Amino acid sequence: MTDKLEDKQKPSISWLEFFIERAIQASGISAIVLVVLIFLFLIQEGIPAFFEVPLSSLFAARWYPIEDYFGLLPLIMGSLIVTLGAAIVSLPLGLATAIFIAEIAPAWVRDILKPFVEVLAGIPSVVIGFIGMLVFAPMMRVALNIPTGLTAFTGILLLAWMALPTIVSVAEDVLDAVPVTYRDAGLALGMTRWQVIWRIVLPDGRSGVLMALMLGVGRTIGETMTVMMVTGNAARIPTGIGDLFMPVRTMTATIAAEMGEVAQGSAHYHVLFAVGLTLFVITFIVNIAAASVVFRQVKRAERMLS
Amino acid sequence: MTTPPTRQRKITLSRQNSQHIAFALITLAALAVIIPIFFIVGYIVYEGASAISWEFLTEFPYNGMKSGGLLPAIVGTLWLTLGTAIIAVPIGIGAAIYLSEYAKDNALTRAIRIAIINLAGIPSVVFGLFGMGLFVIFLNFGTSILAGSLTLGIMTLPVIISTAEEALRAVPQSFRLVSVSLGGTRWQTIRRVVLPQALPGIITGVILGLERAAGETAPILFTVAAFFLPRLPTSIFDQTMALPYHLFVISTQVPGMPIHIQYGTALVLLVFVLSMNLLATLIRRHYRQQRFW
Repeated sequence: MTDKLEDKQKPSISWLEFFIERAIQASGISAIVLVVLIFLFLIQEGIPAFFEVPLSSLFAARWYPIEDYFGLLPLIMGSLIVTLGAAIVSLPLGLATAIFIAEIAPAWVRDILKPFVEVLAGIPSVVIGFIGMLVFAPMMRVALNIPTGLTAFTGILLLAWMALPTIVSVAEDVLDAVPVTYRDAGLALGMTRWQVIWRIVLPDGRSGVLMALMLGVGRTIGETMTVMMVTGNAARIPTGIGDLFMPVRTMTATIAAEMGEVAQGSAHYHVLFAVGLTLFVITFIVNIAAASVVFRQVKRAERMLS
Repeated sequence: MTTPPTRQRKITLSRQNSQHIAFALITLAALAVIIPIFFIVGYIVYEGASAISWEFLTEFPYNGMKSGGLLPAIVGTLWLTLGTAIIAVPIGIGAAIYLSEYAKDNALTRAIRIAIINLAGIPSVVFGLFGMGLFVIFLNFGTSILAGSLTLGIMTLPVIISTAEEALRAVPQSFRLVSVSLGGTRWQTIRRVVLPQALPGIITGVILGLERAAGETAPILFTVAAFFLPRLPTSIFDQTMALPYHLFVISTQVPGMPIHIQYGTALVLLVFVLSMNLLATLIRRHYRQQRFW
């Protein structure tokens, strides 16, 4: 609200209002407090892992906690391969769907499609994991003729699909934000609608599309239940392209599968918190990067207006 | 004389063709996104419908969960959704009011925004870790509805804050000016003018946030969820079963689970969650049509 009003209000504020406004202020700051609290807690419980387990063991290739092998590499590689794979698959699909909704489909189709993409966002990940395990993985096993359908590839496809609502809705906003005058200029020069989309709309919205992808990736790397149910959970380091069709184990799935069974305060417990801390730091960086794209865009828009 | 027109026609044709090809590919990609949604929902309804009965919804599971119903899981999810709402709605709306009506454009506000973006991005299983460490162990709530609701509530906060803020910001500035010019204080303006106008948007955001919380499994794994509990929770310090965790358990941890019970459980969870989604969509659509500004 405008600052001009503020000073004149102050004298007439009652104690009730004073109290309410302090409560509102406190809620506003709560987000900062919570993020800091979560970070500190993960540090407190996760950092001891680096003292209890030798570093050479932490960065080894073997994860077998029952015998005190805490090699994080296979888990990190597992998360990496699934996340990157999902990003590669979901970017073209998400962008195409956003272009379809924003540029190609007639208004009534758009009105039907948008709620359906939201339905996809609403399906719980455990339900997608369930269907993936019972229906999709067996299909993959038969189609690709491999020993098990519970593979990195199955996880990649399902995660890519789950990241789509985020990518589609952000990308669609970005495409909508490209000024109509740009399009008109292109059309007036005799470009086809596709040329306008490909040469004008997409280049103008590229930083926003990048942000959409990053937000989608942020969701993918943290996805837990679906990957735990469909990727087979074997902690091994992928070495070649064929390993896409073998089971992998991600960081999230490891925490979810093992935390329930460890003794509080044991080395295994601390290592799992260290894995959580790693995830926190990665998503923190990805989200800051995505946010800085937004801030930069706003600034550019302000420059253009002034 | 004859060559230029033909060449020109050729160019036009190829440009048109490339548009056709591109649009066809894009439409295909969009279909590849949308058709599986129908397939998944339809398949779960098709396979799960045979399991649905009054007993399935109102009985306790027995015989190693292979018979009976879902009552404790349904009740547990209702409790957790309610608990999440109690934690996240007041703080979330408060934070949204702060950001939309009070916050100045300074470093603190930017820090709050960055914190919200990051809170929204933290993996759900990390919320589970945090909830277990802080609420279950450190504050000694035990695995309980209280610990689970707090964890889910914190996870839901960013969704509620950002949608509520958007709704508050959509209220025209002139509304506020009128109220203030009539002698209303800032809080009176918010309470009587801004909030009522923004309410439909806020409710939509709250429902969407709670929908997500109701379907989450990872945050409740170590904070509240019980594998099997043949009674209903009696206090907020009790453990409880919950639908998403129950689906996970019966589909991965219990061998020989009848398939129609698995699909039936998935169907109940899906209906629970998607009906919240539908409600939010309807509220938004209804009020968007009524809005006069």
